[in-house]
Amino acid sequence: MIQDVVNLINHVQGAYVRCIDNGQLEAWPDFFEENCTYKITTADNYAQGLEAGVIFANSRGMLRDRVASLREANIYERHVYRHFLGQPWILAEDSADVSSETSFFVARIMRGGATDVYATGRYLDVYRLNGGAPKIRERIVVCDSSRFDTLLALPL
Amino acid sequence: MLDQIIHSKSEPGHIWPSESLTRVPYWIFQDRDTYVAEQKLIFQGPSWNYLCLSVELKNTGDFITTFVGDTSVIVARDSDGELYAFENRCAHRGALIALEQRGNTKDFSCVYHAWTYDRQGNLRGVAFKDGIKGKGGMPASFCMEEHNPRKLRLAEAFGIVFGSFSNDVPPLEEHLGEEIYSRIGRVMNGRTPVVLGRFTQALPNNWKLYMENVKDSYHASILHLFFTTFELNRLSQTGGIIVDPSGGHHISFSAIEPDAAKDNEYAEQDIRSDSEFKLADPSLLQSFKEFPDNVTLQILSVFPTFVLQQIQNAIAVRQVVPRGTGRTDLHWTLLGFAEDTPEQRLVRLKQANLVGPAGYISMEDGCVGGFVQRGIAGASGEQAVIEMGGADTDSSESRVTEASVRGFWKAYRARMGM
Ligand code: FES
Ligand SMILES: [Fe+2]
Repeated sequence: MIQDVVNLINHVQGAYVRCIDNGQLEAWPDFFEENCTYKITTADNYAQGLEAGVIFANSRGMLRDRVASLREANIYERHVYRHFLGQPWILAEDSADVSSETSFFVARIMRGGATDVYATGRYLDVYRLNGGAPKIRERIVVCDSSRFDTLLALPL
Repeated sequence: MLDQIIHSKSEPGHIWPSESLTRVPYWIFQDRDTYVAEQKLIFQGPSWNYLCLSVELKNTGDFITTFVGDTSVIVARDSDGELYAFENRCAHRGALIALEQRGNTKDFSCVYHAWTYDRQGNLRGVAFKDGIKGKGGMPASFCMEEHNPRKLRLAEAFGIVFGSFSNDVPPLEEHLGEEIYSRIGRVMNGRTPVVLGRFTQALPNNWKLYMENVKDSYHASILHLFFTTFELNRLSQTGGIIVDPSGGHHISFSAIEPDAAKDNEYAEQDIRSDSEFKLADPSLLQSFKEFPDNVTLQILSVFPTFVLQQIQNAIAVRQVVPRGTGRTDLHWTLLGFAEDTPEQRLVRLKQANLVGPAGYISMEDGCVGGFVQRGIAGASGEQAVIEMGGADTDSSESRVTEASVRGFWKAYRARMGM
């Protein structure tokens, strides 16, 4: 049973990072439930129970607004990410929801060609299974480091 | 010929090109000797430097490590209830005394040879001071009282803790002046601050380029397109710039007109319906009325490197830490208050999206300094033109001015003797 869930989560997460890394940001909010939480924070803040995120959204609408702002309003140098994900570790599951934790490693490739380790950390997720088409109800992106180089424009 | 080139290479720096505050030479952002002089004359000189919030050190024994320029500093609360600050540098051979960013301790012990310090920064113990079996040990003439790390003077303004290495700097309140001091009080407003989160933004530029940016009210509506793109600009706003007499401290503020403010408790009503781009979830900007006045934005800076920000209900302190001529760390501490209702707290969490490394209106500030640093790389002999709004450093009702940027350079040059 676990293996089925791992496969399922793996599959969705593969599609999620592919969506971001290929620049199809408009499709990114669709990985989430309408009522969702998406937060990027740091291991220190998370450990200390500090609530604020570098990004904090509690609706899919706010995720759409992020993308619209990145496309239309914000000014930043062109860059792309390359995500590498570990295997999801299933924390809890029932017939409706799965909680999982997945390590990530993100390289950032700047316009000029420089490739750097931009962030490492873990996704703390709650997926709603929706009968085989899981969507994210909550994703807390816990970055290992508290330092963000220059800016964080694209989602993690 | 080669001699000439080498000679002229070291030539351009070090002389300010003109008396006027409207020109700033680019070597000031590049020159290593200038950076070293700043540490001495500004950060270790007669400045009040932001250290932390008093509320971060609630209990006896709480400590944090922070920075004054390059210098690592420990702030600790001792059993007498007072805060003390001293250099995080062992008096023996210079190792860091405290490695952690925060914690609680009875005393501090250097890991290298276990010299110990109390929470006031006094040297209290030297391992094997008397040697072993009568052999070795420190000479009898060694006096521990003469070997303390440097201590800082401390002062608080409304729960915000500042420190100074200088005995000459006037008391904090006087140093800030009534206008700046009272507007720090306006934001803190007698409440108990609560840290909501901390982040560090690594900036690829000289620290002064970030301070220029903070004081530059001219760029705000041009570089930051979030509000204009979503047509979120307020119906009618007044505002202005306040520059203190030294030039080094400033406030930029805007307020909604009292008439518009009346039926305007929630920003939602300001959102134009005919905008091409609309927020799918406008709750991002549903503010609550936090202050008796109608000021919705107040950016306040204290020379050299402190910023207190109120953007609607997003309150934060920013500490700017130089990391070499072309590197700067910007430490964000996002604040709420113990008095917040759960609904108000949620508003702050949402509005935190406006600021920080991913901030809708501040992510640009994280990269624009780097654009300048790279832009001027081959132009140390050239100068910036800072003439918007004239040549003075006066307070004004217009924010289409670079008066507070000129103010920064006025204070900077006075301190650096340039
Ligand atoms: S350097 Fe600290 S005890 Fe020697
Ligand atoms: Fe800005």
